Amino acid sequence: MSEEIKLMKGNEAIAYAAIRYGTDGYFGYPITPQSEIMETLMAERPWDTIGMVVLQAESEVAAINMVYGGAGSGKRVMTSSSSPGISLKLEGISYIAGAELPCLIVNVMRGGPGLGTIQPSQADYFQTVKGGGHGDYRLITLAPHSVQEMADFVALGFDLAFKYSNPAIILADGIIGQMMEKVVLPPYRPRKTEAEIREESPWAAQGKPKDRKPNIITSLELDPEIMEQNNIRFQAKYQRIEEAEVRYEEFHCEDADYLLVAFGSSARICQKVVELAREEGLKVGLFRPITLWPFPKKAIADYADKVKGMLSVELNAGQMVEDVRLAVNGKVKVEHFGRLGGVVFTPDEILVALKEKIL
Amino acid sequence: MKQEIIIAGFGGQGVLSMGKILAYSGLMEGKEVSWMPSYGPEQRGGTANVTVILSDDPISSPILNSYDIAIVLNQPSMDKFASKVKPGGILIYDGYGIHGEVKRKDIHVYRVDAMDACAEMENDKAFNMLILGGLLKIVPMVKIENVLLGLKKSLPERHHKLIPMNEAAIKKGMEIIKEV
Repeated sequence: MSEEIKLMKGNEAIAYAAIRYGTDGYFGYPITPQSEIMETLMAERPWDTIGMVVLQAESEVAAINMVYGGAGSGKRVMTSSSSPGISLKLEGISYIAGAELPCLIVNVMRGGPGLGTIQPSQADYFQTVKGGGHGDYRLITLAPHSVQEMADFVALGFDLAFKYSNPAIILADGIIGQMMEKVVLPPYRPRKTEAEIREESPWAAQGKPKDRKPNIITSLELDPEIMEQNNIRFQAKYQRIEEAEVRYEEFHCEDADYLLVAFGSSARICQKVVELAREEGLKVGLFRPITLWPFPKKAIADYADKVKGMLSVELNAGQMVEDVRLAVNGKVKVEHFGRLGGVVFTPDEILVALKEKIL
Repeated sequence: MKQEIIIAGFGGQGVLSMGKILAYSGLMEGKEVSWMPSYGPEQRGGTANVTVILSDDPISSPILNSYDIAIVLNQPSMDKFASKVKPGGILIYDGYGIHGEVKRKDIHVYRVDAMDACAEMENDKAFNMLILGGLLKIVPMVKIENVLLGLKKSLPERHHKLIPMNEAAIKKGMEIIKEV
């Protein structure tokens, strides 16, 4: 069968990709700018075709705890929201990470803090990669920069989540969620059978047969000695993820004198900045982290010896720039440029900022 | 070939759907396309706009500084986007919503009296297709048959009976657009 090219919004691509991946359940609560995810799922009625549950919960807190329950039984379950809704889900996300369960979360970011605006923002970087919820946990964080990646990262997110028994999150924003582009949807995969789930996830709470001990899913451990051992195990896992799962993309970096560092929609806008700068004879490249955690710190550190300066371009007041500076460790000048609260920069503004701050 | 287009007007004028039909038409011709709307409160009566890019090559930024073509359907949109047309570019407006002259001399300015034509045709649903027809007369970036295919793709099946009316409106728009 030849691949069919479709035109759709990033949010719609997430929904179609989830159905095609064989997701067992989606639990959500509407919020702009990501409501098309649940709307598309409801319109497609995947419960009739593949038996996928799609449920609008009574609140974000309820939705994430439904995900906790579904994940505890070994199912492929997901939720989506936008910034204020993700804040509500953070307690549950910390519990899911503490219980070492796989699931997929989608955050289509909007301007904050508080209820903020409904326009695009990237101000939840800290919240996503530095914790957000309580405790020493990490989220595998994928930052799509196209509608195609919105579709592709559903499978990648679930696969990584199950590989490491850890929640994964797609960190998008209102631009990627709302824009329409061409997309090739992934092929259909059947949902896992109960037998396959027992084989894949022997820890899952699925009803205890006579011949094994009960599987207990919890993040609670009252003995601090044991809790420390749990944490040491988590940290070892995070170390393995940092070694194996870093993903990034380089755009005209090979001969670059100056580097833009940007993720998601900002990276798309920065591609144009690279084109404009090179028309003026400035050798500018773009480094795009695809995984925000694990962060591509080694690849960025390598550029510190090659370029004269870096500009971290983000729709926030300066968040990822801290990780870029840590990676560069003072070897080269690193500055930040951003717009705040839902305002999006134009390519020209970024080029001016690059000249003022770095050149 | 690359066309960077902004379509701007009041919410309810069919700005977003006109952009969508243009994007689908580009898709039918195998072009790279992006459709980036302003979204949110403006859909409830304020200004709405959408950036549409059709290109033979992959598209970098969906957000632009300036445009090859601006289609402005009310005065606030004229005030905001007339200055953002690239030199040598094209500005198309509907005479009904705009007062005063376009001051720029370095761009091509066209007028489609689509609102008047709607009144004449007694069909207010044809407005955005009249404008689209005008655009395609000036810059035939996609073939009419692909626009009709695009309409088929973007309209729900229950509205497919409206396609002949849309085709008539596109053709009417081609007739009534005039250079200012």
